[in-house]
Amino acid sequence: MNFELTEEQIERYSRNIILPEVGGKGQKKILSAKVLIIGAGGLGSPCAFYLAASGVGKLGIVDSDNVELSNLQRQIIHFRKDIGRPKTVSAEEKIKALNPDTKIETFKERLTSKNILNIIKGYDFIVDGSDNFPTKFLVNDACILSGKPFSHGGIFRFDGQAMTVIPGKGPCYRCLFPEPPPKGAIPSCQEAGILGAVAGVIGVIQATEVLKFILGTGELLVGRLLVFNALQSNFRIVGVPKSLECPVCGEKPSIKELVDYELVCDMQDPKQKEK
Amino acid sequence: MLIKVRIPTPLQSLTKNSAEVKLEAGTILELIENLEKNFPGMKDRLIDETGKIRRFINFYVNEEDIRFLKKEVTVLKDGDEVSIIPAIAGGCQTLVQPTRLNGLILILAK
Repeated sequence: MNFELTEEQIERYSRNIILPEVGGKGQKKILSAKVLIIGAGGLGSPCAFYLAASGVGKLGIVDSDNVELSNLQRQIIHFRKDIGRPKTVSAEEKIKALNPDTKIETFKERLTSKNILNIIKGYDFIVDGSDNFPTKFLVNDACILSGKPFSHGGIFRFDGQAMTVIPGKGPCYRCLFPEPPPKGAIPSCQEAGILGAVAGVIGVIQATEVLKFILGTGELLVGRLLVFNALQSNFRIVGVPKSLECPVCGEKPSIKELVDYELVCDMQDPKQKEK
Repeated sequence: MLIKVRIPTPLQSLTKNSAEVKLEAGTILELIENLEKNFPGMKDRLIDETGKIRRFINFYVNEEDIRFLKKEVTVLKDGDEVSIIPAIAGGCQTLVQPTRLNGLILILAK
């Protein structure tokens, strides 16, 4: 790290720096880190805020959507005035206002097997804050194939899940769930919904994993799935062994190039299809 | 064997919103059969057409994934806790279908 912290930075990050696990050295690592957040939604909003506040040097934000009124219940980086604006633009504006140390790169596009490798290439760590299985499996496969560590987060009603994947050092998301639910599988959109604060809990856990990874401290959620239930107020951890039969990181992987899944939702009302 | 089963939110519509149920079962297969007896419709949501546990749903016995134990025939003993944990994505649970395995075309319905 060939730079010195400015006086303003020493004050701004003083509560980080005072932690023995961080210190000036750790803060410099944070300021040099490049993190990509996929989805500026329920998970991505709190994650982006905490990472920017912590001084992460560069944040990439991928989102193809515009802000809608129904997003504001949980996607806290967007305000009422942002309705109709691209989420990337709205998120960039808030992050810039919060911390000028954080450089922003935005991608207003939907991730596909064609563009994902190029988008993740320049980053040290990927946060999956997407809201759908096709993207989650695409992110997993792309990160495994290109050796990028990432944080998985999932939310549904009052439940949340988080797991960290370090390629070559533990299981991947397909070791846990080999395939996404097929068409016709349940739960369906009729049972949808998410308590806004649950998205916050999981998004902030993802931000914490990123910071631990950057600092090289603590135990990441590698090989462990964190399961949160808000109704019972409990966190549980289940073991996730590396699967030798994993289709992407197992002994005989069947997936050697990226797979796109079609996103199908059986609800007719397009309003219901948004995240 | 009396087994405590943790029911995930998406399946609680079948258990009258109970997050935990207690059942007699000696193996995971028996547990699924008894779940079906008490909460009709459950089996269909856990098992696919070939009789295997669906690939986006995992069973854990005391936090251990049964795929790394004896799968469906994993033996249960008194006091064991079984958790059923499905894959979850976002607030709107979407249904997906593989398109082309070679990734030539992507059709993402908005």
